Amino acid sequence: MSYEIIGITVLWIFLYGYLIVASVDFGAGFFAYYAKVTKKDHIMNQLISRYLSPVWEVTNVFFVFFFVGIVGFFPDSAYYYGTALLVPGSIAIILLAIRGSFYAFENYGSKKSNVYMFLYGATGLLIPASLSIALTLSEGGFILEENGVVSLDYLALFTSPYSWSVVVLAVVSVLFISAAFLTFYAARANDQAALKLVRKYALFWATPTIIAALTTFIALGQHNERHYQNMFDLWWMFGLSVGFFIIAMWLIYEGKRFGLAFISVMLQFFFAFFGYGASHLPYILDPYVTIYENATHEATGIALIVVFILGLFLLIPSLILLMRLFLFDADYVKGKK
Amino acid sequence: MMTELDPVLMSRLLTALTLVFHVIFATLGVGVPLMISIAEFIGIKKNDPHYLMMARRWTRGFVIPVAIGVVTGTAIGLQLSLLWPEFMQVAGNVISLPLFMEVFAFFFEAIFLGIYLYTWDRFKKPMMHWWLSLPIIIGGGLSAVFITSVNAFMNTPEGFTTGAGGFATVNPLDAMFNPATPTKVFHVLASAYLTVAAILAAIAAFSMLRKKHTEYHKKALKLTITLTFIFSILTAIAGDVSAKFLAEHQPEKLAAAEWHFETEEGADLVLFGWLGDENTPAGALRFPGLLSFLAYGDFQSEVTGLEEFPEDERPPLWIHYMFDLMVVIGFFLLGVSLLYILAWKIKRWNEHNKWMLWLLVVSGPLAMLAIEFGWIFAEEGRQPWILRGYMLVEDAATTSPYVGWMFLLFLGLYTVLGVLGVAVLRKLFKNNPAEEELEKKYPTIEKGDNK
Ligand code: HDD
Ligand code: HEM
Ligand code: HEM
Repeated sequence: MSYEIIGITVLWIFLYGYLIVASVDFGAGFFAYYAKVTKKDHIMNQLISRYLSPVWEVTNVFFVFFFVGIVGFFPDSAYYYGTALLVPGSIAIILLAIRGSFYAFENYGSKKSNVYMFLYGATGLLIPASLSIALTLSEGGFILEENGVVSLDYLALFTSPYSWSVVVLAVVSVLFISAAFLTFYAARANDQAALKLVRKYALFWATPTIIAALTTFIALGQHNERHYQNMFDLWWMFGLSVGFFIIAMWLIYEGKRFGLAFISVMLQFFFAFFGYGASHLPYILDPYVTIYENATHEATGIALIVVFILGLFLLIPSLILLMRLFLFDADYVKGKK
Repeated sequence: MMTELDPVLMSRLLTALTLVFHVIFATLGVGVPLMISIAEFIGIKKNDPHYLMMARRWTRGFVIPVAIGVVTGTAIGLQLSLLWPEFMQVAGNVISLPLFMEVFAFFFEAIFLGIYLYTWDRFKKPMMHWWLSLPIIIGGGLSAVFITSVNAFMNTPEGFTTGAGGFATVNPLDAMFNPATPTKVFHVLASAYLTVAAILAAIAAFSMLRKKHTEYHKKALKLTITLTFIFSILTAIAGDVSAKFLAEHQPEKLAAAEWHFETEEGADLVLFGWLGDENTPAGALRFPGLLSFLAYGDFQSEVTGLEEFPEDERPPLWIHYMFDLMVVIGFFLLGVSLLYILAWKIKRWNEHNKWMLWLLVVSGPLAMLAIEFGWIFAEEGRQPWILRGYMLVEDAATTSPYVGWMFLLFLGLYTVLGVLGVAVLRKLFKNNPAEEELEKKYPTIEKGDNK
């Protein structure tokens, strides 16, 4: 394999990691707010804060990893996306900052105020919506380079059915992934009241997820013919994705093996996300940046990969330790520690 | 109108704003874990609840700055690409290695910080919990090392050759270990530990001024001042080697900092003052030959003057004040911590008199100011280059016309974060004094050790 392919694969894996862990967090924010509005917060909040408090910083690093990595492996993407994304990027930073810091302030500082719960819930939906714009832009047609000046065509972006369907897909997927995880965690904690509630959320959000996926697929066909055709060549990946979705739904509906159900949800998104990514190649930004023409110098690329492998030796054991302490330690999950 | 201001100027201002804010929390992020770890270690070894309580309370306070550090760090990480797209396009080819490694260091730190925070009483052996502090210190320290190496590269770019239309060869390791890296890393780490020790000392001293002189606060003060003293010596040594590095590799920065216009032997060190006609320093304290000593370790050696550089490649002359303020604060911290230690060892003196405590209270904020002055000096001293000798700041900035608005947006964000952060920290400790917490947690602790 060439270092370009290894590089983009590594980055995609991290983006996938972020997709899962951040969805759990973002969705939890929305559910916590919703529970508060519907006066069910006493059921939800204990569950959410026990899992999320120890890991929120780790979630953020997944994201930092991705954007530092993409600039490292494909420096030209910094040039195009950097210039075009100044405003949407800054807004995303501010949303992330509000969420991250308020999270710490409220958790360690005091009781949960209404303003905080609202911001926590709202940013949970707005952040995925704004980050998903980067994926939309990568399809081409929105970032333009004329006479050496890069700009973003806001009008095209806001009037494109494709970009709106991506936003909707991002938001509903977040809610679905999160609900599936909370179902597993509530079952693990043996918290029947919470389980009943979050299981209902998981079942509810499944339908919009699958509808939004289909709509996005169709809209992409109208926006980028090449990518659409490539996706057909990878039909089996999307087939597997749907297969895992059905398994997950069946398990949750039957009310058993919630852990397996969540793993199926993860696999559902794994295949969809990698199918989407693989068919996107070789472009990182259609038509300006490709993984072959715009990769970093070979020596740097190889150094990055070596560091990445060494880093994994450090991180994987540490992550396992973290998960054993907070996710799989039955006493902790049940709130006894 | 803001929006019509030059994007280059606004990009510089926004970068400076974010970094000046971030570095406060980054410094705490590097230094506080070391202090917590030392306190916990002493507490376990001496079986002394006071030190254990210190470690706990510092940890509790720590999470707030960490949160702000993480979000502002994420901001600056993205802003580097958003504001300096051309720089990142070039730098991405050469210097992305340490940037990438920095993320691993954060990752490592973040994981263990999460574990450390939530496992105070989960282990049978207390030492197990102490071991968890080490990866946090290492992770925080390494992130400083890696990011400083990126900054060093901007000052002395190495590790590549350019050919037609781009880079001919690239050696990422040479780029990372460029000539500026060793001295910069040494100085940044030493000054971060110094600053945090001084701030923790200031907090203890402040509590003693407001309330009783409890055993808890006295122990905290002795520990943190000892560390302040040690690290202020290390910081001064590191500052000295940094100056020697500048004399050799970046002489225009040193010359601008010292208002040293003509190359000469036995050059004077100029402290403060102002510039009169024809750029002659007036009203300054002069130390004969000391600049030569700072630059080469010899009072007679020759120091390059600004005259040898073209006018449009000279850094702004006001960095002189930044340099002087940093150095003066450095010696102030050294002096105050030495004074306290002397008073403590010489039994007849009372080291906890009001004046001594006030001196300690101001040391903390001053140390943080020295960090800011130092960075502003180092960054402005690189002007007009973003990559010294290769790329000008004005050629690297974004062309987007909206930077002015973004500046206002971020100014608002940092104001809110700063105000809320302080408010939350106050709330966290105000209704929960150390003495009460000690008694709750360790009911066996001897009563009556409050004087
Ligand atoms: C508590 C903070 C603190 C204190 C007391 C000092 N410094 Fe400092 N200094 C820094 C904090 C700092 C810094 C923030 O860490 C800088 C900014 C950039 C850098 O590399 O380190 C710095 C930069 C810096 C540089 C420029 C390095 C470069 O651009 O490559 C020099 C020459 C010195 N310092 C010299 C000194 C001397 C001679 C001091 C006398 C005691 C001193 N500093 C005290
Ligand atoms: C954290 C401590 C730091 C502080 C307080 C700081 C401060 C500043 C200041 C005041 C400026 C404005 C200079 C000017 O334009 O007139 C600046 C510029 C800049 N700094 Fe730093 N800096 C820090 C560290 C770093 C590091 C580690 C990097 C590199 C990774 C960096 C990269 C830059 C860049 C790209 C610019 C804009 C270009 C320029 O104006 O030279 N800074 N910084
Ligand atoms: C332009 C320069 C800089 C960039 C791009 C940068 C980037 C970042 C990022 C992305 C984070 C958040 C990491 C996370 O999500 O966990 C962060 C936090 C941090 N940064 Fe910076 N940083 C810069 C300057 C500095 C400097 C000069 C130092 C050290 C002196 C530093 C030390 C830290 C530390 C220790 C943290 C972590 C706070 C904590 O988790 O305890 N950074 N930085």
